[in-house]
Amino acid sequence: MVTVDDFASPVRPTWCTGCGNFAIWNALKRALAQAGLAPHEVMLVSGIGCGSKLPDYTRANGYMTLHGRTVPVATGIRLANHGLRVICTHGDGDAYAEGLGHMLHAARRNIGLVDIVQDNRIYGLTKGQYSPTSDRGRVSKTSPWGALELPVNPIALALAAGATFVARSWSGDLPHLTEMILRALGHRGYALIDVFQPCVTFNRQNAYEFYRPRVYQLQDDPEYDSTDRAAALARAQEWGERIPIGIFYQVEDRPAYEEQVPSLQAGPLARRPLEKLRPEQIQRLQEELL
Amino acid sequence: MPSSEELSIRIGGEAGMGLESSGVGFSQALVRGGLHVFGLPDYHSRIRGGHNFFTVRIARRPLYSHTEAVHLLLALDQETVRRHIGAVVPGGAIVYDERDGLPDLPRRTDVGYFPLPLAKLAEESGGSAVMRNTLVFAVAAGLIGFDPAYIESVARDNFARKGTPVVEANLRVIRAGVEAARPFQADFPFRMEAVPGTPRRLLLNGNQAFAMGSLAGGCRFVSGYPMTPGSPVLEWMAAHAEEYGLVTLQVEDEIAALCMAIGAGYAGVRALAPTSGGGFSLMVEALGLAGMTEVPVVVYEAQRPGPSTGLATRTEQGDLLFVLHASQGEFPRILLAPGTVEQAFEAGWRAFNFAERYQCPAIVLSDHYLATSVRDVAPEDLDFDAVVIDRGELLTGEELDGLEGEYRRHAFTETGVSPRAIPGHPKAVYASSSDEHDEYGHIEEDAENRRRMQEKRMRKLEAARSEMRLPTSYGAEDAGLTLIAWGSTYGPLREAVDRLGVQGVRVRMLHFADIWPLPSGVEELLTGETVAVENNYSGQFADLLRMATGHAVSRRILKWDGRPLSPEYILAHMEERCS
Repeated sequence: MVTVDDFASPVRPTWCTGCGNFAIWNALKRALAQAGLAPHEVMLVSGIGCGSKLPDYTRANGYMTLHGRTVPVATGIRLANHGLRVICTHGDGDAYAEGLGHMLHAARRNIGLVDIVQDNRIYGLTKGQYSPTSDRGRVSKTSPWGALELPVNPIALALAAGATFVARSWSGDLPHLTEMILRALGHRGYALIDVFQPCVTFNRQNAYEFYRPRVYQLQDDPEYDSTDRAAALARAQEWGERIPIGIFYQVEDRPAYEEQVPSLQAGPLARRPLEKLRPEQIQRLQEELL
Repeated sequence: MPSSEELSIRIGGEAGMGLESSGVGFSQALVRGGLHVFGLPDYHSRIRGGHNFFTVRIARRPLYSHTEAVHLLLALDQETVRRHIGAVVPGGAIVYDERDGLPDLPRRTDVGYFPLPLAKLAEESGGSAVMRNTLVFAVAAGLIGFDPAYIESVARDNFARKGTPVVEANLRVIRAGVEAARPFQADFPFRMEAVPGTPRRLLLNGNQAFAMGSLAGGCRFVSGYPMTPGSPVLEWMAAHAEEYGLVTLQVEDEIAALCMAIGAGYAGVRALAPTSGGGFSLMVEALGLAGMTEVPVVVYEAQRPGPSTGLATRTEQGDLLFVLHASQGEFPRILLAPGTVEQAFEAGWRAFNFAERYQCPAIVLSDHYLATSVRDVAPEDLDFDAVVIDRGELLTGEELDGLEGEYRRHAFTETGVSPRAIPGHPKAVYASSSDEHDEYGHIEEDAENRRRMQEKRMRKLEAARSEMRLPTSYGAEDAGLTLIAWGSTYGPLREAVDRLGVQGVRVRMLHFADIWPLPSGVEELLTGETVAVENNYSGQFADLLRMATGHAVSRRILKWDGRPLSPEYILAHMEERCS
């Protein structure tokens, strides 16, 4: 049986005390253990940033790539070996600034990735610049007169791009976060989980005290239908005194990208022996050129 | 009339007239008829209009290059006559459509003018004036005395899937064209008859050759974004994906293309990202990721003139030093620059072996000229028997089962190559990082570790160097004059060497196809007077030789107008030197 301890790495996190990444890290390990996925069956792909160091602190296959390029690298891995459960863990700068285009394309592709975004709404590792999810008017070292842009709405964008699983959770609710990751692990296509991850050093405005009174669980509303895209889009706009978390949207009627690729019907590419072309194959190739 | 030594036929018109497809079809017919061809498309970056042309050079001996001479000009508009009349050799001819007429130019007295109702004939015989392209090539066949049965056989094969009526219409057009040529046959002095019974040969361009070599070499993943002239490789792979078990995808941009290929490479699949210079520019950061995390991946870069959009459908060798130095920091990479379709085929499978043996990116540098020009080769010239799939130090399932202790993905070794485990085995669970890392892959900033890790990675180049091939020598071995070529210019230089030999000038060519790491022993070859001949502005390979070997070439012959180097251009600039 897989346990949380199976994922223990000798490397200790460098995160600040109280960092929201600890909860994401713990929830992920719990969800993996509960899903019965062993470290060698999992691939954690990250970019660059505080949260992206997560694979280094976790005993599992991992790849810490480039800032913003987590999703395409993960897509390549998934297509090369769909026997691996591929999970992205990267920050809001990674996912929604440099990587925003990739996120939208992954959603419309419906590639089988669990995409966990550690959304602290600030740049932590580079020490406090505003991020794509920072509030408009946010004063930071690079926005001394306040951010002039509107924040990115990742939930609405993912829905608009055709994502089949869109959820939000937060670091202050470990059981909920674990549940969301577990549900995403059970999803066949692209699954986005935007996680409010308080940065206790550089974003005091969006600390635990900010979220705790505001968040409510969508699934507590018996009327809420998470297969209704219009309803999901409406809830995605909700912001301010009440902020919804939970599964905004999930449908299983669309096959994952890799399920539709003819060459992958015979199993993962990486597990097939690599052999030279057979004489009849060579002959067919030559005939095309005669 | 006896057959000519060689002749070139050029068809010209607007984009959308199907010049290249009919030109390749005609070339195919010539090859089926036992002749050798070199076909060169020249087109604008637009879908309709403009001026496009396709030139096929034909001979009874193997050809490696185009030339500038035109014996027969097939003009589908006035613009073709205006632009190319100067290239027609004395005794040559122009076939043009009566409907179009001739441009207002002084008439050449040494050239034949053959007016024909091309559009009318195409419409009457085939049902559509669009079939002028097929018709005019049939006229050409009639003029040079080439058996139209070969054109008919190509038409049958190419149009079979469109149904019998389409095939029949094409056959009627071909017959009408041959018939229409009759009145002018006596006025056209060049002949190129078929050589029946010749063993069949293959016709292909550099893109096809590279794609086929890659497939033979075990490429199973291709991700790309459309960009001339690299994307036909993605198209070719997509067309063969289902049959050969490949995954191919068109993705959102070239950043994603290389990142996905790196992901696939990391997961243990031979992966390729084909592109051109602009796309490669976007791939630059990811290239360094492959270098740092020691992931095998192959990039195919078909150059076109830059900077920026440059000349989208034309040729240049301007990206050499860029691809060699692309991405921040220092890391090993392999660079191949094939010069012929045979070498492009080999580069396909060799690049994957280099990438896996040295666990680093391998780049194949082509260009529009090599990528799009077609040449005939014997089936055995694409040497499938010689293909080797060598995955280097890749741990087998059994070796993984027997692993003791924590697996060290980036273990320090004498060669710098660390035995590689494909992720997914319980005994080799690891995470690599684009941050500097220790032997296990964990992020590590220690100075001593950094020093050793950087040395380990760079050391791989030394072993690779011993595997790189020395340049091919062609011509007079002991000549005091050496022309230095690299990449696609092999053909034009080879022809220049031949022509100089006929003139009694002893010269040899050294052609480099394995560029980086520069093979050991190059220094000793660079003797006497050396002339770098390159399709770029500054002579980048000459600069590279100077940097890597200290050898300074005596002179450079360069061309940067977006058009390929021709034998004539090289000879003219050689003479400049002599005079």
